[in-house]
Amino acid sequence: MTTQTSLYERLGGSAAIDAATELFYRKVLADPLLAAYFDDVDMDRQIAKQAAFLTMALGGPNAYTGRDLRAAHAALEGIRDEHVDRVLVHLAQALRDLGVAEADIAAAGAVADSVRDDVLNR
Amino acid sequence: MRLRFSGGAFELDPGESVLDGLARHGVRLPAACRAGACHGCLVRAVHGLPGPPSQAGLKNSWRADGYFLACLARPVTDLTIALAGDELPAGDEMLAEAAVASVRPLGTGVLKVAIRPQQPVAFRAGQHLALRRDGGVVRVYSIANTPAEAARDGIEFHVRVYQGGAMSSWLAAAAPGAQISIGQPNGDCCYLPGQPDGPLLLAGTGTGIAPLAAVLRDAIRHGHAGPAVLIHGAADPSGLYLGAGPPACCGPATPGSVRWRTCVRSGGEDIAEVVCRELTPLGDPAAVHAYLCGGRRAVSRMRRSLFLAGMTLRNICADEFRQASS
Repeated sequence: MTTQTSLYERLGGSAAIDAATELFYRKVLADPLLAAYFDDVDMDRQIAKQAAFLTMALGGPNAYTGRDLRAAHAALEGIRDEHVDRVLVHLAQALRDLGVAEADIAAAGAVADSVRDDVLNR
Repeated sequence: MRLRFSGGAFELDPGESVLDGLARHGVRLPAACRAGACHGCLVRAVHGLPGPPSQAGLKNSWRADGYFLACLARPVTDLTIALAGDELPAGDEMLAEAAVASVRPLGTGVLKVAIRPQQPVAFRAGQHLALRRDGGVVRVYSIANTPAEAARDGIEFHVRVYQGGAMSSWLAAAAPGAQISIGQPNGDCCYLPGQPDGPLLLAGTGTGIAPLAAVLRDAIRHGHAGPAVLIHGAADPSGLYLGAGPPACCGPATPGSVRWRTCVRSGGEDIAEVVCRELTPLGDPAAVHAYLCGGRRAVSRMRRSLFLAGMTLRNICADEFRQASS
């Protein structure tokens, strides 16, 4: 999506995604507003999805489609803007913990936010 | 290169990935990133080698079991693959015939059952296998001893006896010599040598403690010298069928660095909290390897709380018991 070096590449590619994903996923699971949505998932599978999401947000290689996201979130009752907002906060904080610059964090957040309507099925 | 998958055979072009090659033949695996990040296209090599790049970043236990990412695999030899999570169908694919060697009570409602296969069966400590008795009833049990012990004593299982249990009550009444079929050993809740000084946390509920005690003995046999804690969770005190004190299950050569801990739910203890309490003295949580076994809910709660306490998911091996459906 960009000819410049993506944040994904600057962070170190798929190896760096692993560390970032665990940080991010831990924050999401520790959030009482979000935790219940992850009660019945296979964590090993779920973290791979988080990695794909993070890869997308950081401008890495992905073939994420709106349809995938719609399907994945369709069964989650009661998710609203508030939940997406919290996920974005945790994403930003995870990147901040890794020492990512604020401008890059904002850029990643904007990419992640671009799928909001798919996630919320609007 | 020829790729075999789900009964079909597909030619791969040189340098073509397994994911692309299958797609060219109309077989679409779930995949999002096509770059090794999303793990959507995780598959398992049943025969042949997928090549190291396709396994980079996977859990060690998954690598040992042949799991790889189809998007990164450019095999140089023929390869037979299966979807991740596909185990040999229990009941259809029995591996060997065996005879019941002994059945003896171990504690309240739990039997120790030993069987001797007619030919040697390769397995790793911590795996499970299907037993099929006369009449076609199939149940999966965790193996309670190590390969070395099984060569001497037969393959052992700790079997909880349920009233009217189609397999457990049959085993309870089985005479030595009774015939039984066994399936392919499966599961990846196994010790992986390579970090002999790393801390280990093993927690099992009910008979889930049995394979974990075997994993620990296996680790010690492999020269594991790091600290270890073995935690047995039970619904009430009668469920502590190995006893409340340190069991012989750790073997005579138990180093002083192995701790034994019980957790009784009726006594107000929560296994998910206890594992975290036991994690703390082991040092940096990211360096700990955990092995969990037992009921689905308990295992899933333990895994989550250990992850939240700082463990990395890749270092958590878990085996969840599934309820028999018939």
